[in-house]
Amino acid sequence: MIKNIAVLLAVAGLLMIFLPVISGFQERDNLNELAADYVDGSINDLGTPNVVTSVIVTYRGLDTLGEVTVLFLATVGVGLLLKGNREDMIKISPLELLETTSSVLVALIMVLGIYIFTHGHLTPGGGFQGGVVIASGFLLLMLSKVNAKISHSIMNFVESFSGVAYVGIGIAGIVLTIGFLNPGILPLGQFGDLFSAGAIPVIYSLIGLKVGSELTSILVTMRGE
Amino acid sequence: MISMYTLILGIALLVIGFYAMLTRKNLIKIVIGFSIADTGTHIIIVSLGYLRGKTAPIIDGAVNAVNAVQEVVDPIPSALVLTAIVIGLAVTAVMLSFIVEMYKKNKSLSIDDYQELKW
Amino acid sequence: MIPVIIIGLGVIMLAAAVAAIYFKSLLASIISAGVISLLASVIYLILGSPDVAMTEASIGSGLTTVIFLFALHRVRKGKSDD
Repeated sequence: MIKNIAVLLAVAGLLMIFLPVISGFQERDNLNELAADYVDGSINDLGTPNVVTSVIVTYRGLDTLGEVTVLFLATVGVGLLLKGNREDMIKISPLELLETTSSVLVALIMVLGIYIFTHGHLTPGGGFQGGVVIASGFLLLMLSKVNAKISHSIMNFVESFSGVAYVGIGIAGIVLTIGFLNPGILPLGQFGDLFSAGAIPVIYSLIGLKVGSELTSILVTMRGE
Repeated sequence: MISMYTLILGIALLVIGFYAMLTRKNLIKIVIGFSIADTGTHIIIVSLGYLRGKTAPIIDGAVNAVNAVQEVVDPIPSALVLTAIVIGLAVTAVMLSFIVEMYKKNKSLSIDDYQELKW
Repeated sequence: MIPVIIIGLGVIMLAAAVAAIYFKSLLASIISAGVISLLASVIYLILGSPDVAMTEASIGSGLTTVIFLFALHRVRKGKSDD
C-alpha cells in the first residue's frame, strides 16, 4: 500500500517536472546563435555538407572521444562479466534459406557499412551507423554459420588501432594547426567530393571501425563464446 | 505544431518507462522499462530542436548553401541524441550481462529474491 | 496530413509501451519494445533528423532487440510471474 503511494508520488513528481516544459512550449522559428554559427562554419570553414557530422566530429569532437571510450568500457565490462562460459553458448541450427542467402548477403552488408561511414560527411549516416551495419553483418554470420569463429585478436587489433589513430589525428591537430581534433590537417578539397572536408572522413571511418569491432565483440560475448 | 505532439509523446513514453522500472518485479522487464524511457528522452530532445517548416541540416538539392541558416533545423540535439543512442545500447548490454550473471547465481529473475541490498 | 501521421504513430507507440509492460511473455515484451524504437525512427525522420533516424532504426530496433533475445535465451528457465 505504502509502496503504491510512493510509486504514484514519484510518477506524479516526474509529470510535474515536465508540466512547465509543455505549457511554456513554443515551436521556434529561427536557429539560436550557436547553432547558426555551427551551420555557417560547417559549410564555409570545414566544407562539410552534413552539419550533424561536423558537429559530432569537430565541434563536439571531445564529446565523441569520451563517448567512444564509454563504449569501450562497456565492451570490457560485458566481456569481464560473461567471460569463459562456453557451456551455455547459443546454438540454434539455422534454416537452409538463411544459410544459403547469408553467404551472398554478408559481403554486401559489409560493403554497405563501409559506404555509410566513408560517406558520412556527404549523406545521412556516418561512423556510428556504419559500425552498427558492420556488426549486424557479423551477427548474420554468427546466426547462419554456428561454428564460425570470429577471431578475438583481429577484433582487438582493429579496435585498438582505430582508437590510437583517432587520438593520434587529434594530437596532430595540436601540432600542425590550432587545436585538438582540428580537421584542417588535410586539405579541404572540393565541396561535396568524397575526398574533401579535411580529416573528417578519416576520423569518421576510424570511429566506424572502432564502433563496429566493439559492437561485434559485445554480440559475440552475449552469445556466449 | 508537430513538435508539440512529439514532445507530449516523448514525455508519455518517459513516464511509462519510469513506471515500469518502479513497479515491475521481473529484472528483464525493468531493463525494458529503461529502454522505453530512453527512447522517450531522445524524442523529447529531438522535438526541442525542431524548427517550424525547416528541413534536415544536410546541404544538397533541397537546401541552398548560401542561405542554409534559414532553412535547416537545429543540428546540435541531433548530434547529442546520436551519441546517446549508442551509449544506451552499451548500458543495456552491461545491465543484461549483470542479469545473466545474477541468474546463474540465484536461478531467479524476480527482484524479490535479491535481498542483499535491502534494509 | 503530417499531424495525423504523428498522432497515429504515437497511439501505436503508447499502446506498444503499455503492452510491453503488461505482457506475460517476455518474448512479446521484447518485440513490443523493438516496435517502439522502429516507429520512433519514423518520428525522427519527420522531425528532420535523418541521422538519428538511421541510428535508431539500426541500433534501437535491431541490435538492442538481438541483445535482449540473447540474454533471454540464457535465462530461459527464469520464472516470469510479473
